[in-house]
Amino acid sequence: MVRLLLLLLGLALPAAAEEVVADLSQDRVSISTSFSGSEILIFGAIKRSAPPPLQPPLAVIVTLEGPDEEVIVRRKDRVAGIWVNVEGIEVERAPSFYAVASTRPLEEALSHTDDLRWRISTAQKLRAIDATSTAVNASAFLDALVRVRQAEGVYTRAEGTVQLRDDTLFSTQIALPSALTEGNYETRIFLTRGGRVIDSYATSIFVSKVGLERFIYGLAHDQPLVYGILSLVIAIAAGWIASAVFRYILP
Amino acid sequence: MQIYLPIAEVSVNAFLLLGLGGIVGILSGMFGVGGGFLMTPLLFMIGIPPAVAVATEANIIVASSFSGVLAHFRRKTVDLRMGFVLLVGGLIGAGLGVQVFALLREMGQVDLLVRLCYVLFLGIIGALMFVESLNAIRRSRAEGPAPRTVRRQRGWIHALPLKMKFRTSGLYISVIPPLAVGLFVGILAAIMGVGGGFIMVPAMIYLLGMPTKVVVGTSLFQIIFVTGFATLLHATTNYTVDMVLAVLLLVGGVVGAQIGARLGTRLKAEQLRILLAIMVLAVCGKLALDLLIEPAELYSIGTGGEH
Repeated sequence: MVRLLLLLLGLALPAAAEEVVADLSQDRVSISTSFSGSEILIFGAIKRSAPPPLQPPLAVIVTLEGPDEEVIVRRKDRVAGIWVNVEGIEVERAPSFYAVASTRPLEEALSHTDDLRWRISTAQKLRAIDATSTAVNASAFLDALVRVRQAEGVYTRAEGTVQLRDDTLFSTQIALPSALTEGNYETRIFLTRGGRVIDSYATSIFVSKVGLERFIYGLAHDQPLVYGILSLVIAIAAGWIASAVFRYILP
Repeated sequence: MQIYLPIAEVSVNAFLLLGLGGIVGILSGMFGVGGGFLMTPLLFMIGIPPAVAVATEANIIVASSFSGVLAHFRRKTVDLRMGFVLLVGGLIGAGLGVQVFALLREMGQVDLLVRLCYVLFLGIIGALMFVESLNAIRRSRAEGPAPRTVRRQRGWIHALPLKMKFRTSGLYISVIPPLAVGLFVGILAAIMGVGGGFIMVPAMIYLLGMPTKVVVGTSLFQIIFVTGFATLLHATTNYTVDMVLAVLLLVGGVVGAQIGARLGTRLKAEQLRILLAIMVLAVCGKLALDLLIEPAELYSIGTGGEH
């Protein structure tokens, strides 16, 4: 659906003389017990039917976006000497992960109008979500959301990390953190000249738990009572074994 | 060695978890407290989501308490009859506490209330125990080996009906005070997400007048069932019990509890109490500071389902 939409948007663009052809080092990420983050290599080339124009300069922007989730942003204030949450807003859909990588600073590579249209920068990405709020100043909350998540390394902006060779080949690496949510991670690649998006490409990476992780997660959600009892049995058995072992070695 | 936790959905160091479990386990075995009031904040600090930390903690307390209680059973320092009476109160209390928790959650600010509960109870209990055990130590130093004064409260507690004989504790009192203690601790346990030993142990010593020797084992006995009940409630309603996290913490925890139970027998009752009092006060101070000092980041982010 999203891809179809992007395709239609792509068709609406002026007949592209330059097109992006891209691929990923992997189109699925498996979360196993030893999972501690992953590096995704995104690479591609620019296909041309005519020699490239000399000006304005070419730029490549790559975004990687995790599944949306509902979050609540709360603000603390001092009430009777202690710091308590005084107000909050509910953000219905905020990406659980968002990375933007580009060949050069985003301000140069992308005009504000095209950023608004394609929702590329983190600020624009979040601006699109409707925040139902009782707070007067919703934008302060959205800024805080970006600030906190950037500090956590969940929202990243890496300028100059996309390598572009001879205006034709490009590649970049985006690190996925260890605390990943399952789901489809949407990857978008934009080709811009003079701040205008001239072509785009979208694909997705499927992130899922495998093996023991899958089994435990599945059991906890499908058979919660069995899972709960099993947790207790494990706990009691561990307690009993430790007691027995200690009695044997330290009478 | 990093390990990915399936329910918490974060990757943490396995040895860090084993170590944390071990330290808290030692304290648990020594003092007869579940250790939840220490472990839960520690788990927040290493980045485990609060809802998962609280639920998994309940499961871990079952393990360390079970391990500890076996050691106490062997030394015959568990008052089973008292344990059952406390348990009846505890289960009713836990059920009530869950309702209260849900109510508070609807009103918002449950976070703050939990914190205030911690500061209040830890502060009062810590201070009382500290002063009392300090006096006891001073007294025994001044008089040398003082003749052990048998404290028997001849007050209103003995005027209550439904008296029962608790042979292991050497008490003949009404079942109403222990039931009330169990009930109260059960409510607090459900609201604060802990076993409640740090409240029950002093209540048993000072309110019921039980000998310190049997207090720890009896408290552990009751905690197993109350936290077991809580684990099941969390697993079936919130799906927040993380088995992998629990196993790692409890392997450290059960070993620690065994060591702790042995260390506990070497220390005098007053020393044991003063140590526990200092620990309780330290946690209380940390929580109070968090409420009083202006946080570096005024905004916080919570995900949909949790608080």
